[in-house]
Amino acid sequence: MHPVLRITLQRLALGVLTLVIVSFVIFAAVNLLPGDFAQAILGQGATPEAVEAIRNDIGLNDPFWIRYFDWLGALVSGDLGVSYSQMMFATGMGGEDIQLIPITEQIAPRFYNTMFLAGLTAIIAVPISLAVGVLAALYRGSAFDRIANITTLSSISSPEFFLAYVLTLFLAVQWQILPSLASVTPEMPLFERIYTALLPALTLTLVVTAHMMRMTRAAIINLLASPYIEMARLKGISPIQVIVKHALPNALAPIINVVALNLAYLVTGVVVVEVVFAYPGIGNLFVDAVRSRDIPVVQICCLIFASAYVLLNLTADILSILSNPRLRHPK
Amino acid sequence: MVSISRRGLLASGAAAGVLAATGMPVAAQQRGGTLRIGLAGANTSDSWDGRTHSDSYMITVAHGAVFDCLTEVTAEGELVGELAESWSASSDAKTWTFQLRKGVTFHNGKPFGADDVLESLQMHVAEGAKSAAKPIVSSITEMKKTGDHEVEFTLAVGNADFPFLMSDYHILMYPAGQIEEAIAKGIGTGLYRVEAFDPGVRTLMTRVDGHYKDGRAGWFDSVEVKAINDSSARMNALMTGQVDAVNRVDFKTEPLMRANPMINVFEVTGNQHYTFPMLTNISPFDQINVRQALKYGINRQEMVDKILLGHGAVGNDHPIGPANQYYASDLPQLEYDADRARHHLKKAGLDSLSIDLSASNGAFSGAVDAAQLYQASAKSAGININVVQEPADGYWSNVWLKKPWCACYWSGRATEDWMFATAYESGVPWNDTNWENARFQELLQAARAELDSTKRRAQYYEMQALMSSEGGTIVPMYANYVGAHSSRITNSGTIGNLWQMDSSRLIERWWMS
Repeated sequence: MHPVLRITLQRLALGVLTLVIVSFVIFAAVNLLPGDFAQAILGQGATPEAVEAIRNDIGLNDPFWIRYFDWLGALVSGDLGVSYSQMMFATGMGGEDIQLIPITEQIAPRFYNTMFLAGLTAIIAVPISLAVGVLAALYRGSAFDRIANITTLSSISSPEFFLAYVLTLFLAVQWQILPSLASVTPEMPLFERIYTALLPALTLTLVVTAHMMRMTRAAIINLLASPYIEMARLKGISPIQVIVKHALPNALAPIINVVALNLAYLVTGVVVVEVVFAYPGIGNLFVDAVRSRDIPVVQICCLIFASAYVLLNLTADILSILSNPRLRHPK
Repeated sequence: MVSISRRGLLASGAAAGVLAATGMPVAAQQRGGTLRIGLAGANTSDSWDGRTHSDSYMITVAHGAVFDCLTEVTAEGELVGELAESWSASSDAKTWTFQLRKGVTFHNGKPFGADDVLESLQMHVAEGAKSAAKPIVSSITEMKKTGDHEVEFTLAVGNADFPFLMSDYHILMYPAGQIEEAIAKGIGTGLYRVEAFDPGVRTLMTRVDGHYKDGRAGWFDSVEVKAINDSSARMNALMTGQVDAVNRVDFKTEPLMRANPMINVFEVTGNQHYTFPMLTNISPFDQINVRQALKYGINRQEMVDKILLGHGAVGNDHPIGPANQYYASDLPQLEYDADRARHHLKKAGLDSLSIDLSASNGAFSGAVDAAQLYQASAKSAGININVVQEPADGYWSNVWLKKPWCACYWSGRATEDWMFATAYESGVPWNDTNWENARFQELLQAARAELDSTKRRAQYYEMQALMSSEGGTIVPMYANYVGAHSSRITNSGTIGNLWQMDSSRLIERWWMS
C-alpha cells in the first residue's frame, strides 16, 4: 500500500474516533446545562405537568446512557434523527402519520449557506494573505512590512463581533456601500448573493488573514538564510524570483497547514458573525438549538464542525507530504 | 450618516412635524408597495401552529397577516368582529352565539363556515391538547353548529369576556379537514398569502385579491418579514434602510435613532409589567405589614428611569395595565416612603428585616439591577434585601414559584378576568403569590359573569385596590413596547398597545407614505 494512502486511512479511522468522543462530550455537556428542552420551550409556562408531558413525548425521561446510545446507534445506521421541536410538533398534531422533517433537511440549506460564506471568505482571504506574506518577506523591515503586521495583528486581536460592528459602521451605515443584513435567500442570483454576503465575508477575512500572512512571512524568512537561497542570489536572480521560485516551494508545508487550520476555523468560527449579520447559516441554527436545548440539532452541528477540523487537518497533512519530496518518497 | 442640509431638514422634517402635531394624517391611505420588517423573537422551531405561538415573530405573521380570529381588538382597544360578524350571550353569559361572516374563503379557495370554527377550536379544547390557549377555552363544555354560518358555545361558568378571548392570537381559524396541510403551508383567511416561509429566517407574503377587509386594512402589495434576533443587527438594518420597521428597540441606542430624521420611534405603554411576587404562605410574607413595608420600600420611579431608561410607567402592585378596559388609573399611587415602610415593619413587631430576593436577567432584562436598586432603597427603611443572582437557564422551572421572593415578568392579558384567572385565582398553577383573600376571590367570580359593564368596572376597581394595598406582588413598572419605523411607511396615529408592533397588526394597518 502506498504510504500516503495508508496514512490517509489511518487518519480517517482516528477521525471517526474523534467524532465519537466529541459527540459524547457534547451530549454530556448539554446535559449538564441547567434546564432542558421542555423547560426551555415552555419558559414561564413550565408547569410540572406540562414539562413532564413533553419529556415523555420526546423521551427525555430515559436514562442518559440509553438516550446517548440510541442516538449513536441511529447515527451509525445513517439516521441523523429528528429535532425535538419536530417531535413535539408531531405529538401536538396527535398522529403517527405526520411527515416529520428530518434534521438533514433542516440543516442542508444552512450548511450550504455556511459553506458558501466560508468559500467566499477563503477566495478573498487566502490570495491576499499569501501575497501580503510574500511581499512582507521580500520587503522585510520596510514600512509596508510594518503596516501589514500592525493591521493584521490588530484585526486578529479584536473580537469578531467588534470587527463586524466596525465594518458595519463604515461600509453599511456611513458610506452605504454594502447591506448590513446578510439575509441571503435560496432564489438569489449568484452575484447578488456574493454582494449580500460580502460584509460577513470581509469580517471573517480580517480575522483569518493575520495568521496565514504571518506564517507565510515567517516560513519564507526562515529559508532566506539557507545556503541554496544565497546561491540563487549569487546567480543574480531578482529578489522576487528568489522568493517565489526557490523559497516558496520549500515553505509550502507550514503554509498549507495554517491555511487548512484557518479554513476549518471559517466553518466553525462563523457562529458569532452569522448572528451579528443575521446570516441564515449553521451558526445561527446552532445558537437557536443551544438556546432551546434541542440536543439532536446541537449534536449534528457539532459533528459538522468537528468533521471540518478533522478533514481539513487531514488534507493539510497529505498536501504537505505531497509538497515535500523527502516525505513523498520515503526510503 | 446621510448629510442633510439645514434647509432640507427644515423643509421636510418641520413640515412633517407640523402636520403630525395638528393630528392630520400626512397622507391618505393608499395601496401598494412592499413592506419589509425585521423582527426579534424568531426561532428555527417556528411553525404555523397557533397553539405554539409565544413570541413576537410568529404572532405578527400568523395572527397579524396570514390568519384571522373570530374577533379583533382595534388599535383604539375596541372589540370588533373579524371572522365573526356579531355575537350575543344569554343573560347568565353561559351561552354565546356567533354569527359568522359570509363569503369568506381560505387561501386555497375553501369557503369559511361553522365547521372550520368548531374544528379550529377543537385543537385547543381536545383532551391532552398542548395548547397555550387551553386555560382560556377550558370552560367550553359544548360547541354546536347552529347554521352554516352560526355557532353556539356553552360554558361551564358564565364569562362576559368570552368574545374578547376569541381574539387571542393562539385561537386562529384553520380550514376544517385540512388543518395539517394548513399548518404545514400556512393557509388561513388573512389579508396575506404565504409565498415562502423559512422558520427562523424569513417569511414572504403577498396581498390576497378581494378580501373582506378591503378598504379598511391591507395596504401593502407584498410583505417580507426578516428574522433578526440580534439587537444591533436589527437597529442597523433599519438605519441602513434594509427594513422599514423593527420591534424591540434597544433603549441604549434609542436616542441615536431619534436623532436620525428618517426614523421615527413609536412607543406605547401596554400591559407588559415586571413583578416581584412573594409566596404569601411563607413567613415573613404571610404578614400583611411586612408586605406593606416592602411596598413602601421600593422606589418605582427610579426603576422606570434607570432600568427602562424612561420607556415605561410606574406600576401600582396590581397586574392590570393601561391596555385593559377597566384599568383603575385613578387608584392612589404607591410611593417610596421609608418612614412608612419602617412604621409597617414596627406594626409587624420587627425592628429590621433580612430577606432573600432571587433575581436573574432571565426573568426580565435588567432584573438583577432592579433588585439591587430595591436593595438600596429598602435599606434606609431597615429592610436588608439580599439579592441572590440565579442562572437564567431554567429560571422559570427552578426559581419562579419555588423561591419565596423572586423577580418575574408578565406580558399582561387583554382582559382583567384573564389576567387574574391566570395568576391570582386561588389554586391555579401559575399563582405566584398564593395570596388568599376571600373578598378578592368572590369579586373575581362575580365579575366574570357580569354583563353590566358599570357594575363590572366597580368590581374590577375594587380588586385592583385590594391587590395594590394588601396583595402579595410588587409591580414596580410597566415596560413600554418600543418600535421604530422609517419614513417610508406611516400609520393612522393610533397604535395598539396590546402587544408589540401595533398589537402585532402593523402589517395590515400601516401603509406607504
